[in-house]
Order: sequence, then C-alpha cells, then structure tokens
Amino acid sequence: MSGAEAIRGMLLAVPIALLLSGVGGGRPWLRWLVLPLAAATGVAVTGLLPAGILGYLVSFALMASIYGVLTLGLNVQWGYTGLFNIGVAAFFAVGAFVTALVTTTMPTGPMAAFATQALGLGAPFLVGVVAAGAASAAVAWVIARPTLRLRDDYLAIATIGIAEVVRLVFQNERWLANGPQPLRGIPQPLGCLVSSDGCAFLPAFANAWFAPLSPRDYPYVYLAVVAVLLTLTFVLLERMIESPWGRVLRAVREEESSARMNGKDAASFKVQAFVIGAAVMGVGGSLYAHYMVSIDYSHFDPLYATFLIWVMLMLGGSGNNRGAILGAFVIWGIWTGTASLVDTLRPALAAISPELPARGPYLRFLFISLLFLAILRFRPQGLIGERRRT
Amino acid sequence: MIRGARTRLRRAAEPGPAGLLMLLGSALLLIVVAAVVQGISPDRLLALTVRGVMLGGILALGAIGLSLIFGVLNLPNFAHGDLMTVGAYLSLALLALIPDGAPLGPFSFSLEFLLVLALVAPTVGFIAYLLDRGVYRPLRARGAAPIYMAMSSLAIALGLRSVVYLGWGADFRFFYPGRPRPAVELFAGIRVRPDQLFILALALALIALVYLLLERTKMGKAMRATADNSELARVAGIDVERVVLFTWMIGGGLAAIGGAMYGLDAQMRPEMGWWLLLPLFASVILGTIGNPYGALAGSLIIGVTWQLSSAFLNPAYGPAVAFVLMILVLLVRPEGLFGLRGRRA
Repeated sequence: MSGAEAIRGMLLAVPIALLLSGVGGGRPWLRWLVLPLAAATGVAVTGLLPAGILGYLVSFALMASIYGVLTLGLNVQWGYTGLFNIGVAAFFAVGAFVTALVTTTMPTGPMAAFATQALGLGAPFLVGVVAAGAASAAVAWVIARPTLRLRDDYLAIATIGIAEVVRLVFQNERWLANGPQPLRGIPQPLGCLVSSDGCAFLPAFANAWFAPLSPRDYPYVYLAVVAVLLTLTFVLLERMIESPWGRVLRAVREEESSARMNGKDAASFKVQAFVIGAAVMGVGGSLYAHYMVSIDYSHFDPLYATFLIWVMLMLGGSGNNRGAILGAFVIWGIWTGTASLVDTLRPALAAISPELPARGPYLRFLFISLLFLAILRFRPQGLIGERRRT
Repeated sequence: MIRGARTRLRRAAEPGPAGLLMLLGSALLLIVVAAVVQGISPDRLLALTVRGVMLGGILALGAIGLSLIFGVLNLPNFAHGDLMTVGAYLSLALLALIPDGAPLGPFSFSLEFLLVLALVAPTVGFIAYLLDRGVYRPLRARGAAPIYMAMSSLAIALGLRSVVYLGWGADFRFFYPGRPRPAVELFAGIRVRPDQLFILALALALIALVYLLLERTKMGKAMRATADNSELARVAGIDVERVVLFTWMIGGGLAAIGGAMYGLDAQMRPEMGWWLLLPLFASVILGTIGNPYGALAGSLIIGVTWQLSSAFLNPAYGPAVAFVLMILVLLVRPEGLFGLRGRRA
C-alpha cells in the first residue's frame, strides 16, 4: 500500500466514522469502536477497490451529501412545518453565488476583460458558507413576510416567482456574477493539502504527511469537509426539532388553529422555519459551488435544483432528517444510475427515431416525475416516515 | 390550515377593490413616468400598450382555465403552463401531417391551422381530464390533503415537459418556419402583425364563449356553484364528476389554444409553459381566485405592465415584473380585485 493510498483511506475514515455514529444512534459499545472501525474500513476499501470505482463512489457520495444538506433544509420547511416551497433553486443559487463572490478574488489582468463580478473578497471558505446561509435567509425573509400569513398555495406560487427572479438576475446581470458566462475560480477548501506547496497554517511535518496526495485526490479531502458539515447541520437541526421550538413547528403543521389557541404566534414560527430552512439550503449551495469550482445560472434549473430535491425528501421521508439524507442518496443513485441505463438503451432509442438518443436524458426526467407521482400516491410518508413522538 | 387562515380576524382597515385599483394605477403611472424620463416616445408607449393587450389575451386563455380549476377543484394547477406547451406542440405535430396551404389573407398561417386548433383544444382538455382520473381522483378518494394534489401537479408539469423534450427536442420551433410575418400599420403609426390581431380576436371570442357557457348553461351554473362551495354543491345534488370533466375540458382546451397562440406570436420552446406559469398565477390572484372574468382583467393588467416595463427594463424581466405586481397585490389585498370582503381566500 502506497503512502497516498493510506492517506486516502484515512480521509475516507472521516465520512465513514460519521456515518457509523449516525446509524449507530449513540450505542455505547459502538462509541469506542467508531474510530478504529472507520479507519480500518477506510484503509481496507482504499486497498481493495480499484481506483476508478473508488473515485466514482467518492464523487457520488460528495454530490449526494451536498444534496443531503439541501434536502435537510427543505425538511425544516415542508417536513416539520408544512410549508410548500417550490423555489428551492432560488436559495440554492443565492448560496452558491454569494459564497463564490465572497471567496474569490476580483479578476485581474487579462481575465478582467472577460469576467466581471460585483465582489471578490477572497475570504476563507467558512466565511463563504456563513455568508451564503445568511444571504439565503435574507431572501427567504423578504418573501416569507407577505406570503406566509396567507393560504398555503400563495407561498408556493411566490416561491416559484422568487426562483424565476433569482435565475433571471444571475442570467442577465453581467456586473453581478458575470451574467450568462460562468463564474470561475471558486477556491477549493483545504485544497492546499493536495497542492505541492502545502498549507501555510499547518506545521511542516503535517504537510509532509499529506505530501503524497496529488490534486486528483482532492475529492477525498472535500468529501471529509462536506461530511463534517452535513453532520453538523444534521445534529443542529435534530436538536432544534427536539426542542420546544420544534414542537411548536409540528403543532403548527398539524393544526394551526389549535397552536394559535395555545398562544403560539403561528405566522412567526412559520417565518422562522422558512428562513432557517432557506439558510440550510444556502449552505448547501455554498458546498456545491466550492465543489464545482465554476458555476453559472444554468446549474440552478428548476428541474435539478428544486424538483430532484423534492423527490429526495418525499422518497426518504418528510419529517425525518435521517430519511431526508437517505432520500438524497437513493435518488442521486437512481439519477446517476438511469444515466448509464439511458446510455445502454441508445441503440434501441436510435431504432425508434434517429433523434431520440440525443434526447435520452429527458427519459430520466420522465422517470423521476413518474416516481414522484407514485410516491405521492402510494407512500406519501416515504421510506422511513416521521417517528412517532410521545 | 386553510380553514385557519379563513377564520382569521380581518384587520379593521382593509382597502377595497378601489384601493387595489389605485395601487395598480400608480404602479402603471410610475412605469409610464419612468419611461418618459428615459426619453421613450409616447408613440412607442402606445405601441407597447397595444402589444400588452395582445399578450394579455394570450395570458387570459391560460389564466381563465387556471382560475376555474383553482376555484372548482381547489387545485393550484402547476401543470397548467405545461398544458399550454403540450397544446402548442400537439398543434405542431398535427400541422406536420397536413400539407401546408397558402397563407390565409394577411395572416402567416393557413386554413388548416384553424382546423388543427379545433382538434387540439378538446384533445388537450381530455388529456387533462385523464390526468385527473389517473392522479387526482385517487388522491381525492383517499382524502389526501390538497397540498398533495398541488405537488402531484408539479410532477405532472415535469412529466409533460419531459415528453415534449423527448418528442421535439429543446430547440425553438415555428408553426410555419420561414414564412414572413410583416407588420402592418393599424392606426396612428402603431404597427402590429395581422397574426396578433387574430390572436386577440380569437381570445376575446373564446372568452365570450366561456362567459355564455358559465352564465347561460346548467353546467356553467353547477361549476360556479362548486367553485363557490363544493360541499354545498354536492349536497344540492350536483354531479361533481361531470363538473370535474367540464372544468378540465374548458381549462385544458383554453390552455392548449393559448399555448398555440403563444407559439404563433413568438416561437415554441419546451420551457415556455413553465415561464408563463408565473404571469398566469399573477393574473389569477390579481383577478381573484375562481373568478374567470377577474382572470381576464388580471391578464390584461399583467400583459400591459409587462410590455410597458420593457420600454426601460431588459425585456427578459417581464415575468419578474408580473411577480412584483403579484407580491404587491398579496400585500395590499390578497383576495384580489373581485374578492368579497370577509371571504379572504
């Protein structure tokens, strides 16, 4: 086993350890075993699996985890509070673009002629994440105030509107984030670990330890980062949902009038839940942007950026944070899996019509929409529904 | 949840329809002033207004059905824009089967286009009804919360669009590619394409037809009664299943023609319906949910504002203007222009 493989294995141990503690649910005997077990699994997996398959699994887990954060955000809104937000794309996009504007530096030299952006603060990754969450929350607050005191469908319609407006703004305003052209050069957090220079903030021996890694190994680093932030979001949200505050949200969802009769300001709680959910989506957008490195408005098409997330939540189980993350992984698996299925169907599609193979990807959308209808019809509570609380 | 909002005590001082009209008037005035300040000529503003009325006609074809479905079935049909798309592309498919005739008078289309419209409208209406049978009726039977039907309509919207993508690809499409569509002078230097006059005339004729249907037929009465209070209508012995069928036939048929008209006026793309959805909902809310005449008024207001704002704003922001107008309405008078006081939606 080479040095690089060992380090990759240790990096994989981070998400594995988090997964084990998440699934284990705090069983005491597991607590002591988590770290050694995760390290052993990580190293074993790196050693045994061919590099190509492992790389595929890592990038799969990365995207699924990022979608997991977005789905957790939607779960606060729909799962726990019953707010129908079909503008997830808006908060996703705002988070992604804000983090990009905060962490990149202004284009200089010849690049300045091709790229314009309103901001370029060059701030660290975590500042970008926080700014992304805050900006999404602000947008959510503006939209929630006038619509949440009205009937449910108005909020849904308004969220379609905000998603369209956000998309139009990022598509047309060149000064803001390079308009229709992609905004490039979004920094990779902890990217210095895989660069030859090493990280300035780490002592020399630590840099030497990571030295065998090449830039190709970056997904392993970022998977650890995303896994930590996903877990942090999960734990934080679980705490909030179990708190009296979360109890009020569920009361508002179940029967708003009786919650109000008990002296709870239902509208205010709905606004809070909507804003917090949007902030989580903004964080998800930030994680997405730092993974993609280059983003533009077309990434936030309602099909990918709203619809897929809804199917994830409904499949996994709304009102259950574990279900939300499970749904993100399952649907992302189906989504990427159907891509290769469509590829193998190519000859059959070509036999029907010569133009069909090029349009094959839309078969996946058709399949996902049918799946969504089937979930709503036959299993609206999802794979693992909400736990009964006593 | 909806009940809760209904029983909410109304605020003491709530503006009536006059207040909303004043708000809309001042918004329009603001746009005109902004345009004049920017040196836009009155001629151009007038031309844009005429253009806005035509856009309003197209929007009305979608919005009337959306409002009816919202009122009668208590469903915000997020697939309505995509029904318009399906109508447009189905017309395209039928046109491809028929050899092109000579252009009809000053118009860019030929006689067979009218035949195609007459076929497509009931077809799309029936497709919409079949979707109701397959998707919404089981949910209704299960007693599912209305929000699950709204969610299903979202899934249907995506499904319909995928089918259009599969059938025709993502490119622009025209009914009669390559045919010139010259504009003629209407009056006072206002130039419009004859097609646009046809669109407006057809929209008005269809809306008059819907008016007669709703006001003068027994089915129309039943539909209005169901929109008013579905429980009471059921108790009074109205055949709700037939009401559902007619609502989808009318709503789907109008949407199909609206989509085809949009395609005739501009061009067709698979996403066009989704883009139109926001202005459609804005029109419906502005004109009070469940009120088809209000939807017409709302569409005209939205259409004119959209076009006028393009005098000084990037025309791509048209839907955004409709959205801002909708938020203003929700802030000031959420029950819309024709809502009864105390019956807040």
